[in-house]
Amino acid sequence: MAIKGLRETVKKALDKHNNDKSLLVDILQDVQATIGYLPKAALVETGKQLGVPISRVYSVATFFKAFSLTKRGRHLINVCMGTACHVRGAVKVLEQIEQELKIKRGGTTRDLKFTLETVNCVGACALGPMVIIGEDYHGEMTPEGIISVLKQYN
Amino acid sequence: MAKLKSPTELEALRQTIISQRDPRKIVVTICNGTGCHAHGCVAVTDAFRREVKKQKLTDKVDIRATGCHGFCERGPLVVIKPEDILYQRVRVKDVPEILTETIGKGSTIERLLYTDRESGSKLAHENDVPFYKLQKRLVFGNNGAIDPTSIEDYLAVGGYAALVKALKMKPEVIIDEVKKSGLRGRGGGGFPTGNKWESTRNARGDTRYIICNADEGDPGAYMDRSLVEGNPHSVLEGMIIGAYAIGSSEGYIYIRNEYPLAVQHVRKAIEQAKAYGLLGKNILGSGYDFDIHINRGGGAFICGESTALMASLEGRVGEPRAKYIHTSEQGLWGKPTNLNNAETWANVPIIINNGADWYGKIGTKNSKGTKIFSLVGNIVNTGLVEVPMGITLRKIVFDLGGGIPKNRKFKAVQTGGPSGGVIPESLLDLPVDFDELTKAGSMMGSGGMIVMDDKTCMVEIARYFVSFLEGESCGKCLPCREGLQQMRDILTRITEGKGKMSDVDLLEELSAVLQDAALCALGQQAPNPVMSTLKHFRDEYVAHIKEKKCPAGVCKIGDSKEK
Repeated sequence: MAIKGLRETVKKALDKHNNDKSLLVDILQDVQATIGYLPKAALVETGKQLGVPISRVYSVATFFKAFSLTKRGRHLINVCMGTACHVRGAVKVLEQIEQELKIKRGGTTRDLKFTLETVNCVGACALGPMVIIGEDYHGEMTPEGIISVLKQYN
Repeated sequence: MAKLKSPTELEALRQTIISQRDPRKIVVTICNGTGCHAHGCVAVTDAFRREVKKQKLTDKVDIRATGCHGFCERGPLVVIKPEDILYQRVRVKDVPEILTETIGKGSTIERLLYTDRESGSKLAHENDVPFYKLQKRLVFGNNGAIDPTSIEDYLAVGGYAALVKALKMKPEVIIDEVKKSGLRGRGGGGFPTGNKWESTRNARGDTRYIICNADEGDPGAYMDRSLVEGNPHSVLEGMIIGAYAIGSSEGYIYIRNEYPLAVQHVRKAIEQAKAYGLLGKNILGSGYDFDIHINRGGGAFICGESTALMASLEGRVGEPRAKYIHTSEQGLWGKPTNLNNAETWANVPIIINNGADWYGKIGTKNSKGTKIFSLVGNIVNTGLVEVPMGITLRKIVFDLGGGIPKNRKFKAVQTGGPSGGVIPESLLDLPVDFDELTKAGSMMGSGGMIVMDDKTCMVEIARYFVSFLEGESCGKCLPCREGLQQMRDILTRITEGKGKMSDVDLLEELSAVLQDAALCALGQQAPNPVMSTLKHFRDEYVAHIKEKKCPAGVCKIGDSKEK
């Protein structure tokens, strides 16, 4: 992304949150939502515009699970690893996706199609194991079922 | 929407809203909580809206997308009011028939009714279903009745009446009332709410903050989400009353970003409350000012801990600090701060409306009121249940929850989330009570209740919780950072059949160190799953170590041998 666009993206996020330093997490979330991830330049720019040391921005960006400092795929897969999903076999579903996409959790496929992550409970426990792709909730997943679900995305 | 300048204007508005609603008009309520979203409730709701127009029933029927009804297992849920006919697992193709048959002719559709598991008969009304019948829905009751995005709906069921009452009371009197009610923190700590309010009110300084903790991190627990998502105004009303009593003019809601619908609903609720003058300057002409901000979490379990949450609110890394000085003295930005969980806040309007004496009659001696639990795992009726304190775990698991599916046997129930402990069959008659659960080696926690059947390996479960906590440990203090890693490695070793009996001693020793020396509750309570499984299921550890076999058949001991 060109630096100019980046500057505006950051400014927009800051304006939305009234340049409030306490809303750093929210600000970074908005920046990430626009760019897709948090490149180094975005962290530097946020720190500069907000008047917060880059070390602080970096520590926050690496502390919270919601942030990614590397490029992500077009579709974000979140496999729920909450307890209810765990006791219903979420691990097997996760392993199946890892095998199918040939990536480990946290990884992105080479064609930038999928990024695979795990989440600790989305509160849809009745339908566990739960896999969320983008904004779609896929409940009662099985290792067999997930393969056909993945095929729905391109 | 005009700003309401006095309690009288609020009451007048309420009367107008009620008078415009025909109590005889049929209302089709469709659960639109996150659980039902995953079941496809949005398409069902749209189908109802379309079909009502098509069949020219708009004068006769209202369609209302409500918050979570709790019975997630049977979603999408549809309840037809005023008769309260419950249809479950409703699909888009069922919609035209519901309108022609049930609403047009008044006959029920058999296949959509809930089948009673004991008698096998069909139950037509929501309150006949055991899952609902045994509940006491004080906090959760309006979830199924109102559209969470409509403040008018909340006003129509008596919303903000407690605020009106509270604004006429002296702050100290409100605090006394909350103290007298016996309300204790629903987030897990169980600290008496009124006492917390009092210390914050009496703390030195001019600026005070209040915080609503909706960073519900326990996996398998989602009652706070359903509350904020399904009845956001009840949480806001509690917060405004609390802030007035404490003397705070600024509050925060810290909410998990994994709950997009809840964030959206609470944001809307704040806008509506502001537009009506229930938030902001000079609330209802009382001269009292109060504002609420929303902060979204970044997916860190530790941020449910009060001091870590406050650090994160200040825009820093969510690391906790030692609490030699309480947050009620020095919390957010070093100012006196009162933090309560979302469910605790939602209890406040109920106490103010009905009085402490009434509230105090519900529950046990030291645990008053109700508690919402999320009943998940190997259980027939997955969902949210609100029960009076003092009910036994057996009743919750077997009568409300319907027992264990697939004719398997009950093995244990984990309460209190990853920092709680397992409770075996022999202790199932234990009443739900803050102190009783702690005595049994578990804890109330925020209300997650994970049921496990005989195909669950208890060593593996302990490993799961420890590795969850190890991943979520912020790494600030050594006992938690290093201790949990060691415990996870030992437990993994045992589940792979490579454990030694001395490993058990080592686990017990490490547990003791964490309990004594960790900085915050995450570390101090992290050994609970290990200690409680060792206490109640020691034989499973022994089987893994000595016989190299997993009694539940979960751990791949054979596989690891071949490697």
